Amino acid sequence: MLEITDLTHSYGDHTVLEKTSLTVPDGELVSIVGPSGCGKSTLLRCVAGLISPVGGRVVLDGTPIDGVPDGLAVVFQDYSRSLLPWLTVRDNVALPLRRRGGSKAERRAAAEEALSSVGLHGAGRRYPWQLSGGMQQRVAIARALAYRPSLLLMDEPFGSVDAQTREDLEDLVLKVHRDEGMTILLVTHDIDESVYVGDRVVVLGRDPGGIRAELEVKLPSPRDQISTRADPDFVRLRTEVSRLVRGAGALEVPSEAAAEPQKESEPREEDTEET
Amino acid sequence: MTDVLVDAPAERGIGHAVRRGLSGVAQLWLLAVIVAVWEVWTRTAGSPSFPPPSQILKELWDLYFSGPADHFFLTEQARTDFAPSLKNLFTGWALAGVAGVVLGLAIGRFRVAGLIVLPPLHFLRSIPPPTLIPFLLAVLDIGTPLQVTTIVFGVVWPVLLNTIDGVRSVDRLQLETARVFGITGARRLFRVVLPSAAPKIFAGLRVSLGFALILMVISELVGFGQGIGAHIIDAQHSFEMTQMWAGIVLLGILGCLFNLVFHLVERWALAWHGAARRNR
Ligand SMILES: Nc1ncnc2c1ncn2[C@@H]1O[C@H](COP(=O)(O)OP(=O)(O)OP(=O)(O)O)[C@@H](O)[C@H]1O
Ligand SMILES: [Mg+2]
Repeated sequence: MLEITDLTHSYGDHTVLEKTSLTVPDGELVSIVGPSGCGKSTLLRCVAGLISPVGGRVVLDGTPIDGVPDGLAVVFQDYSRSLLPWLTVRDNVALPLRRRGGSKAERRAAAEEALSSVGLHGAGRRYPWQLSGGMQQRVAIARALAYRPSLLLMDEPFGSVDAQTREDLEDLVLKVHRDEGMTILLVTHDIDESVYVGDRVVVLGRDPGGIRAELEVKLPSPRDQISTRADPDFVRLRTEVSRLVRGAGALEVPSEAAAEPQKESEPREEDTEET
Repeated sequence: MTDVLVDAPAERGIGHAVRRGLSGVAQLWLLAVIVAVWEVWTRTAGSPSFPPPSQILKELWDLYFSGPADHFFLTEQARTDFAPSLKNLFTGWALAGVAGVVLGLAIGRFRVAGLIVLPPLHFLRSIPPPTLIPFLLAVLDIGTPLQVTTIVFGVVWPVLLNTIDGVRSVDRLQLETARVFGITGARRLFRVVLPSAAPKIFAGLRVSLGFALILMVISELVGFGQGIGAHIIDAQHSFEMTQMWAGIVLLGILGCLFNLVFHLVERWALAWHGAARRNR
């Protein structure tokens, strides 16, 4: 269980997140959407323990986060820079596995398997800089998956891949999530994607940054790229989220955006800012 | 979902190699012209202080490289001159390299240590190393300890300062990646920090190698010791100008050779660096 309470963070005098609270039960996949610069990456960094917030608390399984918690993996937004150019792709994926024990051969096998699962079979001996951006992004995903985290943070993990691969990767994440029961926070700019993969969609807003709305996604599981996206509930939810994100992007709209959706559905909503 | 992997760097490599080869030929051509002009000029001038290059090369050959095949064609003289020089040079350079990297890692890692230590370091670095020789002559015996100490003190700075810089400029995201995935301690040092700092460390080592050759000669010129530098000064004292010139040319050749070998090692060890930079 991940509990974020009154999280506030600012860079200098620029406040990015203000009194943001969010609770994520174990095994839930939460999609986070919001306009650029609203603090999505900042939120993930606080959860990962990479930055200590100015105010508020992040508690994971009862322990306040102070430094990087065990069993946490991150797919960074800047995936390319997060790969080590002096190691082969396979060694990049295998390097963190040392902590999980096992022989060198086992770790390498696990790395190759993770690479295959993201469609990079046979690329293990290459170096990251020999791969395209989309392939590098998949290496970063493979590294996180091979690590078998209990909490996985993904910051726009599918931004650089083609549409077909993107769908495959969405389904891969859903499958791993189902099989291993890990908790996942996934930041995305793609509203359809946020609804398709999420058990819940959290909409962040800007100025001040915080949660504008949370929508439960009650779509049948396992999801299917064709039938789920055609489901009327899916269409309704995506319209909903889209409207909320537009509202969150504008400066004066938060109250309106928060009020409107209630007419059409009953999303769980919280307006966390006191304006 | 499987991609076809295209090996772009290799293709680029061929054109690159051809261009490099051509520029190599152009450089050699210019060198040939210079040597020819030098030959003609010294022959016409006929000054004993400026023997023609053909004579210098012949002297160099007779003095050092006309030995038996089972000694790699090195003469007795070559062994007595080269051995102490090269031993001092590489001992000093290696000690300075190890000390520079180890100290650099320690100082680069701890910000406060750096703030305190850097100003005195910059002062020490600014002392021209040969000025230490009078002091060292007073406290050390003439010979290897004196020469190695001079070299170490003179060449440690580029390695040290470059290592500090390299350790400090490791990409923040790479360090965060290490933190997230629990890569700590020695693994962090050898898998993340050192490789990331390696291009700067190598640059420091390369500068140091050049300095080490210079200091090796200086220490031999003043140290009354053995070695190539001592041979040059002896030749000058006995008016053997051609022998003196042979020593000078030999040092030039050694400098080029060290640089070339170092360059090859660096290119092999840092292949990822050059390639990653070209691909950005
Ligand atoms: N290290 C930093 N120093 C100063 N300001 C920062 C820093 N990191 C982020 N910011 C600012 O904080 C705000 C939120 O940044 P953040 O990266 O969290 O946004 P985001 O929601 O992830 O945006 P995007 O969708 O573009 O990735 C931005 O206005 C950004 O300029
Ligand atoms: Mg971001």
